[in-house]
Amino acid sequence: MTKKAILALEDGSAYQGYTFGSEADAHGEVVFNTSMTGYQEMLTDPSYAGQIVVPTYPLIGNYGINEHDFESKKIQVRGFVVREECLEPNHYLNGETIDEFLKEYRIPGIYGVDTRAITRKLRSAGVMMGIITSDKTPDEALTKLKSLPSYGALDYVKEVSTQTPYDWPPEPDKKSAEALYKVVVLDCGLKFNILRILSSLGCSVTAVPATTSAKEILKLKPDVILLSPGPGDPELLDYIVDTVRELIGKKPIMGICLGSQLISRAFGAKTFKLKFGHRGGNHPVKDLADGRVHITAQNHGYATDPDTLKDGLEVSHINLNDGTVEGLRHKELPIFSIQYHSEASPGPLDNTYLFEKFLKMVKAEKGD
Amino acid sequence: MPKPKKVLIIGSGPIIIGQAAEFDYAGTQACKAMREEGVTSVLVNSNPATIMTDEDIADTVYIEPLTVEVVARIIERERPDGLLPTLGGQTGLNLAVDLANAGVLEKYKVKSLGTPIETIRKAEDRNLFKQLLMDIGEPVPESATASTIEQAREVLSKIGLPVVIRPAYTLGGTGGGMAYTRGDFERIVRGGLAASPIHQVLVEQSVVGWKEIEYEVMRDGADNCITVCNMENIDPMGIHTGDSIVVAPSQTLTNKEYQMLRSASLKIIRALGIEGGCNIQFALDPKSRQYYVIEVNPRVSRSSALASKATGYPIARVAAKIAIGKRLDEIPNAVTQKTLASFEPALDYVVVKIPRWPFDKFASGDRLLGTQMKATGEVMAIDRCFEAALQKAVRSLEFGKRTLLWEDPKWALRANASSYPMEATDLRLWAIMAALRRGISVEEIHQQTMIDLWFLNKLENIVGMEERLLSEPLTPELLREAKRLGFSDEQVGTLADRLPEQVRELRHGWDIRPVYKMVDTCAAEFDAATPYFYSSYEQENEARAITEPRAVVIGSGPIRIGQGIEFDYCSVHSAWALQQSGFKSLMINSNPETVSTDFDTSDRLYFEALDEESVRDILENERPTGDSSAPSIVQFGGQTAINLAQPLTRSGMGLLGSSAEVIDLAEDRRRFESFLSELGVPQPPGAGVTSVDEALKIAKLIGYPVLVRPSYVLGGRAMEIVHNAGELLRYLKLAMELDTGHPVLIDKYMEGKEVEVDAICDGETVLIPGIMEHIERAGVHSGDSMAVYPGVNLTEAETETITSYTIRIGLGLKVNGLMNIQFVIMPNGNGGSSVYILEVNPRASRTVPFISKVTGVPMVKVATKVMLGKSLKEQGYETGLRPRQKLVAIKAPVFSMSKLTGVDTYLGPEMKSTGEVMGIDYTFEAALAKALMAAGANLPTQGTMLLSIADRDKPEALSLIRKFAAAGYKLYATEGTAAMIEAAELPVKMISKKLSEGHPNIVDIINDGTVSGIINTTTGGRIPLKDGFEIRRAAVEKRVPCFTSLDTARAALEAAINGQQIYSVQAFPEYRNGGAK
Repeated sequence: MTKKAILALEDGSAYQGYTFGSEADAHGEVVFNTSMTGYQEMLTDPSYAGQIVVPTYPLIGNYGINEHDFESKKIQVRGFVVREECLEPNHYLNGETIDEFLKEYRIPGIYGVDTRAITRKLRSAGVMMGIITSDKTPDEALTKLKSLPSYGALDYVKEVSTQTPYDWPPEPDKKSAEALYKVVVLDCGLKFNILRILSSLGCSVTAVPATTSAKEILKLKPDVILLSPGPGDPELLDYIVDTVRELIGKKPIMGICLGSQLISRAFGAKTFKLKFGHRGGNHPVKDLADGRVHITAQNHGYATDPDTLKDGLEVSHINLNDGTVEGLRHKELPIFSIQYHSEASPGPLDNTYLFEKFLKMVKAEKGD
Repeated sequence: MPKPKKVLIIGSGPIIIGQAAEFDYAGTQACKAMREEGVTSVLVNSNPATIMTDEDIADTVYIEPLTVEVVARIIERERPDGLLPTLGGQTGLNLAVDLANAGVLEKYKVKSLGTPIETIRKAEDRNLFKQLLMDIGEPVPESATASTIEQAREVLSKIGLPVVIRPAYTLGGTGGGMAYTRGDFERIVRGGLAASPIHQVLVEQSVVGWKEIEYEVMRDGADNCITVCNMENIDPMGIHTGDSIVVAPSQTLTNKEYQMLRSASLKIIRALGIEGGCNIQFALDPKSRQYYVIEVNPRVSRSSALASKATGYPIARVAAKIAIGKRLDEIPNAVTQKTLASFEPALDYVVVKIPRWPFDKFASGDRLLGTQMKATGEVMAIDRCFEAALQKAVRSLEFGKRTLLWEDPKWALRANASSYPMEATDLRLWAIMAALRRGISVEEIHQQTMIDLWFLNKLENIVGMEERLLSEPLTPELLREAKRLGFSDEQVGTLADRLPEQVRELRHGWDIRPVYKMVDTCAAEFDAATPYFYSSYEQENEARAITEPRAVVIGSGPIRIGQGIEFDYCSVHSAWALQQSGFKSLMINSNPETVSTDFDTSDRLYFEALDEESVRDILENERPTGDSSAPSIVQFGGQTAINLAQPLTRSGMGLLGSSAEVIDLAEDRRRFESFLSELGVPQPPGAGVTSVDEALKIAKLIGYPVLVRPSYVLGGRAMEIVHNAGELLRYLKLAMELDTGHPVLIDKYMEGKEVEVDAICDGETVLIPGIMEHIERAGVHSGDSMAVYPGVNLTEAETETITSYTIRIGLGLKVNGLMNIQFVIMPNGNGGSSVYILEVNPRASRTVPFISKVTGVPMVKVATKVMLGKSLKEQGYETGLRPRQKLVAIKAPVFSMSKLTGVDTYLGPEMKSTGEVMGIDYTFEAALAKALMAAGANLPTQGTMLLSIADRDKPEALSLIRKFAAAGYKLYATEGTAAMIEAAELPVKMISKKLSEGHPNIVDIINDGTVSGIINTTTGGRIPLKDGFEIRRAAVEKRVPCFTSLDTARAALEAAINGQQIYSVQAFPEYRNGGAK
């Protein structure tokens, strides 16, 4: 028999459902994602560290879990809230069910809840802390939740970043035998697909811990530096901002998501928390240079305040839904960033061209 | 690109299989979009039963045949600078190409908007298309085109069986098919070559059993691209997507697969240079990443209508705006009213579409599904889980007692999987359920059907719940879970041994009620403004009861033979009339193709099954505490809606318009008979009978031939004319099997002139906008008859009698709103005639759109206002027949017989047509010529007729044959008919109808193109007439007009001789004004 569970939110509301995955308690910031596919990529995306994720699509686990769709080595979300988990997935690559997967990493899930109601709540009240529990009353759960630190107070980057530098093995479909450029990726919570794409474009790729100093990075003799996505509030990451500031002007830099916020902070701009963030695969982003609109994969709860930009950094892309900053570029220096995920995974592949643009920038810089 | 000033929009013409109401929805949206953008719109369509041909939708409306000649005249007259070819289905697309080929577009400097003509050619020509895909690196199945059977054989020798054969430029896959054997191959290729207007077929490697996935893609002039939706066919490759059960979004694709096909879709729309919408179909190997591009439709389609309703994203409207130069990011998202059209909808529910096939009417039709579409319509259902969406869709099919629990008693079901009829037919879903119930494993079913295990597991889950309901006590938890999985109260009742009403009471006692969730394009990410709802057994209800004055319009469900787009037209107008009268309009419907289910047609849309349970649930949801429920309007949704009158009334829900009592009085044979005799209005003698003895007695008393039919049916289903006791016995044997409870009706069959009237009554005044006279005598179903406005051959006395009877019946029945009366006029022996009542229906009929358009009386609007209490007098109308317009309008039926192999085409009391066209002009002959031209049933002015006339009709046929001979037609005739013609000393060639006795026979001369028209009358009855059947089927395949009624043939001859040269081409309101604009 399935065990009952609740998702209790900070505002006192509670949603009844049943446990799947681990039966332990879990708390975190509750956020929703509107992608209709890609739950495995979502679960393993380090940017979800510290968060309980609610996919708005009601049927989750349909094609099971496979060995190809990992975006990091483990499940990164704190908890998973679904309308219906699939008990009998079917796909030729399927290795296990989502229930087995969550159990393996001791991550609790809750199913049978009205995820649309939760989404509507988060959309109107903003994201908030929540707790999944199968052995507490809503009141007890709320009391426990109040005693726990809130999402914005913690640095999750240290938690998810690699402890040691590593080289990404060349992709089988790599375009040439010789490495085109050497890319160092500062791992603030990177997704493997960034490394896969760079590697398949012919780069040699090294990921380094987020705490790596500028000096150590430069010692690796990179042609170019990529600041990865990652979880949490960029205001807490002064140690990385300092590193970035030192790298500016020395090497071409591309920032993705958190990486973009770090660049803006390095130039002295401010970031702020969005009411309920952007998480999904359908966000329209306008490139201000040519007016083109791109459908993008997004996963961010913070954004750069465009009014605080200075020192040659300017807005290059905006979100058409709410007008927030989705990309930055420097007027003179070879620096650009995007707030969305050109590596997709999950989400549309329309923006992988940005990696090529990135490499072109390097080429121009090197005078090749 | 400069914005065009005036745009011509081509509609899709009559409803046929493969081209249904979705194009009225698309065209209507396009017209609205033009108006919003300040572009003048000129619309041409031959189908009067459409919203798009209303006078206030486009700026100028032509209801004219969709031929190059006619449209060229419209272009010459209107001088549009742009043409929108992509909204009128394959018809519109083909016509645009023909206009370009004829040099018309160039001559008048008309630019094809959205999709360049060159792109249409590329997408439609198999070779060009294949080359284009190969150029951009997209995989296509191995294939080659062939223009002859020899070429096709050569291709086959390279590819090997099985192969798919696809004719070029046909719609709904007409003439195509899948060949597993050499025999199949030869037959299908020959058929396909004949069906293709350019005599070309594609022979293609088969990917049967692969996943079939579709994407709806949009692109604007700045090269911005989005995908609106993807869809997965539950039935894998091998069945036409229009005949497949489809789910949206895809359920079994990983993100990588989803994105791989999405990227391919964008690449293809870019390569084609389409500015607007496009549908792309893929086959995906279930065991690898290999995929093939199967088909591209460079236009809005049935799938795009489905995608629009499934997501809330109005594809046609956006496509039209893009075509005149707007960018996606310049077009607002009409659902959220906050975001823009340049985004991709996110669904937080599951959508299931099930086709509605016509095999309930065509029992002899070949039920096997393949690459040629056979469904007339479709239903869609939305819910938060697959099981519920599927079960609600099954309920929406309106098959009466055929819930998902139904099993054909004829099935011999055993323990082995192969004993279940799981080949691809309309009944496969039920066969799979039956197999699962008897312990056949999902793996075994997968082996036979190739349906993905994910779907089969879900079906097994439904069976699991059935078993629990059968065996466990009904607890609140169990009932709630059953409801979540979409079980109706009726199904729960059947399994848990309770009446549906008891289940309902139990539910209410346990507070188990559906909530209503919004379709908002964005999975609740943004607050949406458009109230489009579906039910679900979930926690939060988003549809709060509307408290302002309001009424519910009950729609008409899926398009089927007998209940077509006309009723959607009426539902839409009723919703608009409510709004004009200060009422909020609520619409309930289950058909995704229609204008009625457009989110901005009503103030609130419930996309739900039209059965008692779901309508009552909605009405309860719309009843604020302490208030009365919103009243329902059941007059406009055909038999579907009218059937709800009694149950709604019984459960205390109010109706607007004629009461359930009035409806019952008109439908109950005995009550109606005594009502008419009290009024002194005659009807053909007859009675309702419940036993064979009684039937024989009645028939003998009134005299053969008699008309027999079950009561309470639509579209004349199972209606027949029988000429003797033997035929009657045979009929009764079948009828008793068919239906229980209701009596069989037996009436004297009067082969007289049939006349039809639509009227509005408010209790005091009876308004008759016009009278329609049928060209075919009574005996041909009114839906299959050609109807002429005004009644040109009626005497003044007959007109007066008809008017007077109509008024008496309307007032006597206390009709409030619309009614339709059918009359038959018989000579009375002393030079005069008598008028009899055949039928009274206290609801909108299929002629309401036609008569509203030709008379200028907006009948639905007037009737709705009457129901709301505004009298006809207050609306400026008086009792009686309105003065005749100085025009002639003829409604002609259109059939889809080429899609339905095995179905006999002769006209009888059972309806067979799928759609209609209108010919309108100043003379009878010209209107007739246009009606036949639009219906594709016109005869050339010179040619060869093949005659095969039943003995009973021979005397009468002779005068008609003389006319054909006099007009210069060559005559071929079968043995008996030829003898008669020779006896009359007319030239004729005898041709054998005995197919086994040498060549050439009748079928040969049809197939080789000798014959340009056929007259073939039958002896009636249902005993299959082998020879006649072959003639009629051959005619259908070869697209030669075949008349099974002498009346139709006479009209066609008259039109050919006198009408075809002299017709006008004018915007249709001009005809009413005598040609003035």
